[in-house]
Amino acid sequence: MLTAVILTPLLGSLIVALLGRLSAKVARVLALLASLASFGVVIAAVATSSGSQAASGAAQWWMLTMDGIAAPLLLLTGFLGVIAVLAARSETRSPAAHYALLLAVQASVSGVFLAGNLVLFYAFWEAVLIPMYFIIGIWGAENRRHAAMKFFIYTFAGSALMLVGLIIAMFQGNAFAMGDLLSTPLSVGLQGPVFWLLSIGFLMKLPVVGLHTWQPDAYTQAPTSGSILLSGVLAKMGAYALLRIAIPIAPAAYDAARPVLVALGIIGIIYGALVALAQSDLKRLIAYSSIAHMGFVVLAIGIGTPLALGAAMLVMISHGLVAGMLFLLAGQLYERTGTYEMSRLGGFGKVLPAWATAFTFAALASLGLPGLSGFPGELAAVLESWGSIGWWTALAALGVVFSAAYNLTAVRRVNHGPVAEEFAGIADLGLAEWLAVAPLAVGIVVVGVWPQFVTGMAEPALRALAAVTGGAL
Amino acid sequence: MGVWFDAPWIAVALPLGLALVVGAGGSRLAPFMRWLAMLGPLAVLGTGIAHLGAAGSGGVTAPFVSATTAAGSLTWISVGDFALKIGYAVDGLTAVMLVVVGFVALMVMVFSVGYMADDPGQARYFALLSLFTASMTGLVIADGLVGLFVFWELVGACSYLLIGFWFNKPSAAAAAMKAFIVTRIGDVGLFVALAILWGTTGETSYAGIIAALPQLSGGLVTAVAILLFIGAAGKSAQFPLHIWLPDAMEGPTPVSALIHAATMVAAGVFLVARMWPVFAASPAALTVVLVIGTFTALASATIAVGQNDIKKVLAYSTISQLGFMFAALGAGAWRAAIFYLAAHASFKALLFLGSGSVIHGSDTQDMREMGGLAKTMPITAFTWIVGAAALAGVPLFSGFFAKDEVLHGVMLASPVAFVALVIAAAFTAFYITRATVLTFFGSYRGSNHPHEGGPVMWLPLVALAIPAAGLGFAASGIATTLGGEHEALSMTVAAISTTVALIGIVVGVLLYRRGPAADTSLEGSLGGLWRASRAGYYADAAAGRFIVAPVTAAAQGLYAFFDRAVFDGIVEGSAVVSRKLGAWFARLQTGDGQRYAVLMGLGAVVLVALAISPGALETILGWLGR
Repeated sequence: MLTAVILTPLLGSLIVALLGRLSAKVARVLALLASLASFGVVIAAVATSSGSQAASGAAQWWMLTMDGIAAPLLLLTGFLGVIAVLAARSETRSPAAHYALLLAVQASVSGVFLAGNLVLFYAFWEAVLIPMYFIIGIWGAENRRHAAMKFFIYTFAGSALMLVGLIIAMFQGNAFAMGDLLSTPLSVGLQGPVFWLLSIGFLMKLPVVGLHTWQPDAYTQAPTSGSILLSGVLAKMGAYALLRIAIPIAPAAYDAARPVLVALGIIGIIYGALVALAQSDLKRLIAYSSIAHMGFVVLAIGIGTPLALGAAMLVMISHGLVAGMLFLLAGQLYERTGTYEMSRLGGFGKVLPAWATAFTFAALASLGLPGLSGFPGELAAVLESWGSIGWWTALAALGVVFSAAYNLTAVRRVNHGPVAEEFAGIADLGLAEWLAVAPLAVGIVVVGVWPQFVTGMAEPALRALAAVTGGAL
Repeated sequence: MGVWFDAPWIAVALPLGLALVVGAGGSRLAPFMRWLAMLGPLAVLGTGIAHLGAAGSGGVTAPFVSATTAAGSLTWISVGDFALKIGYAVDGLTAVMLVVVGFVALMVMVFSVGYMADDPGQARYFALLSLFTASMTGLVIADGLVGLFVFWELVGACSYLLIGFWFNKPSAAAAAMKAFIVTRIGDVGLFVALAILWGTTGETSYAGIIAALPQLSGGLVTAVAILLFIGAAGKSAQFPLHIWLPDAMEGPTPVSALIHAATMVAAGVFLVARMWPVFAASPAALTVVLVIGTFTALASATIAVGQNDIKKVLAYSTISQLGFMFAALGAGAWRAAIFYLAAHASFKALLFLGSGSVIHGSDTQDMREMGGLAKTMPITAFTWIVGAAALAGVPLFSGFFAKDEVLHGVMLASPVAFVALVIAAAFTAFYITRATVLTFFGSYRGSNHPHEGGPVMWLPLVALAIPAAGLGFAASGIATTLGGEHEALSMTVAAISTTVALIGIVVGVLLYRRGPAADTSLEGSLGGLWRASRAGYYADAAAGRFIVAPVTAAAQGLYAFFDRAVFDGIVEGSAVVSRKLGAWFARLQTGDGQRYAVLMGLGAVVLVALAISPGALETILGWLGR
């Protein structure tokens, strides 16, 4: 069953690559069917999995496992896979190849979340890079080659450090199967170097401030479908690996690193929001807002209490949905106006009422409005912070002011004010576009109203993990 | 009665569902949907009334300790043994709030049918009003701070969307954003208070927090109380977070009546009353509340004097009146504050809707272009005068009794604050008299044809005039509902407040009976002081210069310097350097993705091979000299 989660998009990718050349329409339909089938398989796999049991034992190289941390992320991957395919529908440059690569990304990311041992994990981790590199480099905006290269070299450098860390862990500490990591941590002396070798690669993926400069370029230059997967799914690989590998393998080193993680988290929350506030390019604004949101994830991981880990999961899922929706909407706007420059936009509440309503909705979700998905995770992260970091909590809480500022600035500059005359006659969202937007909105409301949907799934794994992460900072 | 009583959450769910239905109905169905939407406030009102009587028999000393009449909760997020719960609980305080919210929301919706009749965005408008009604109800029936915070933010979002209802107007868009961000600064206080309480007591429900209060150190209790008050001050527009409310007048006038006069802005007062045991445990925090409340009441009353926009007069009046309520809270008289809240909700909603009727009929908000409207709009004029009398504290009107309780409470706590509030009361009587005379008396100075709106517009005015005039006679009932005992009118205070009210009214009539020219003579004799008052003592300019400008500059600087020059500069710089590091290395960076693919594929194969035979890798590691 778990193998099918990877094979379905992979097969779909091959089929689209081969048959999709017939016509753009064939490619589109096949890709949509493949992504829907993949999502269906993920749902079935999550529904039938025993939930908490991670595979362990003998050194088989092909072993897959799904624990509670992976399950919601897999669902998110399958869901955003469909959305990315829908978002690419107006792609005219070799659509078959584009769809095939999107599905390949989905397959390899699913592999990362399902890998049952460290070797497989590494293989999938690297495999994600290749299709994503091409998606950015071929279908991106003007500066795509540079952005793609930067993305590649940056994360490849991170992977190199990670590889060293993994090799030491495997051959000095006998770490191999995911399910065994928590019960057989490395010797204390090894933990420090291994934790940081791994974590630098992981934190780069999120990314945290300082290791982030590939991200605004990659997110902005990528085509809409690529931005959705980059921000929605790829960023989560870093947090997942932190929770699933770095912490279990090196709990003592994690404990020592917690103040650093907390600091990186809080810096990300404030820095990402302030820099987002300084943007005049809508897509870049969304890119920097991602840094702020992932800051809450890093903060929550640094706090490490059971509820804080639940908060990290919630923020991850929420960010996948919200950033996905924002990038999708920004892309739809770009298709109509040919620009992301907010000084040229304005008054779309009147011109594109449906699109503008969706955009305001997504912005409110991004600023953490209760009832929508951003709120429960941020709430739980901040509430859990006081016990560990006391008054520093106020800095994280201050993030809600800045997130309101940049999100509402975007709404004001795009939706409000007088109508930008050059765009007075453009058409509102069509049915096919709604089909991509509406599911995201529903997902955002579901997670916002019923966060236990996510935390309940993750609970057994988080509870086990919290046995080593809990405790005073 | 039964279902309203046992399941008060229906009063949240029903308007919430109606918001979706009304919104989905679109503009074609709006003429029907706007009436359907009124079921929401009716449910709220019904729930409130059902609980009013039951709550009265509690005999409690503080809100929420033992007088809950209905409660229930759900686990919202839980991991391990830690669970955040959301629930509802109704006591006397909640029942009073429900009646206020339901009644005013209903009147505002009816009025809006007339006021917004020609607006193409009616479906959105009534959907948002319904959503607001649901959220405000949720705010008052929540059984703890998590639930309160959820709805606290949602009323803020409704306020944002309704202030910016006419979003194509740049000033409305700016005002909406300002309102949300300034109140969110206050929300940080509430958020941190919540984190402290959760972190130290593991509780978020009011009952749990209050029970666990003795565990907290005195300093922490004071910190929590002050942080809660910061949240309250943002929502209730207290100095220095008051600057958003005058701008919020950009929203449709019925919205100002409901959200920015009667209900949402009073949520801060409600929060302090609800968390009363926390405040009662911290004399220092109470002093802060008293000082800020009194200062805001006085300063804002003097600002209201110089405004020409009828809505701006009412906006500054609202800030000032909320200051009276906080002063009462700071003085320890929380029941007086809630009584004042209820009275203010009725007479200020009346005044706002009256101003809406005037604006609708005369097509201007500038009182210099009004005058003599009592002749053309007699019902509006009559009901407005009832509201004005209540606001001014004319004996036997609701404001008179409520203000008496407030002033009496403050007098016992602080003579200085008492004197300041008495002066503020004199200014109150003066500015509302000025507004009344300029709007309704003298001769008409505009160039339109002022007219009374239809029955949907004047009937709510009449309905609101009844409590505005007579709520004072329900003082003892309200006191009992809130678990206290009614105190007899303090004759000393009544004499003082009646005197200053009469002085304010008489001076106002004498100065302004010949029209707005009196402003010029006041400016002549007061000079800079008059101009400063008219400009709100430059609080906006100060916020712009000392907060907005530095934050914007910091954002720009952070981006230009740290992000671009430092972080990205290092990366791009190192890329340039490495590109020059010899032929082989340069080949690696040509951007040939296939080469990477091959290399990585090889790497993966090697790894897998090594994993299968660990001996080989150990050899390599040994070779690497580990």
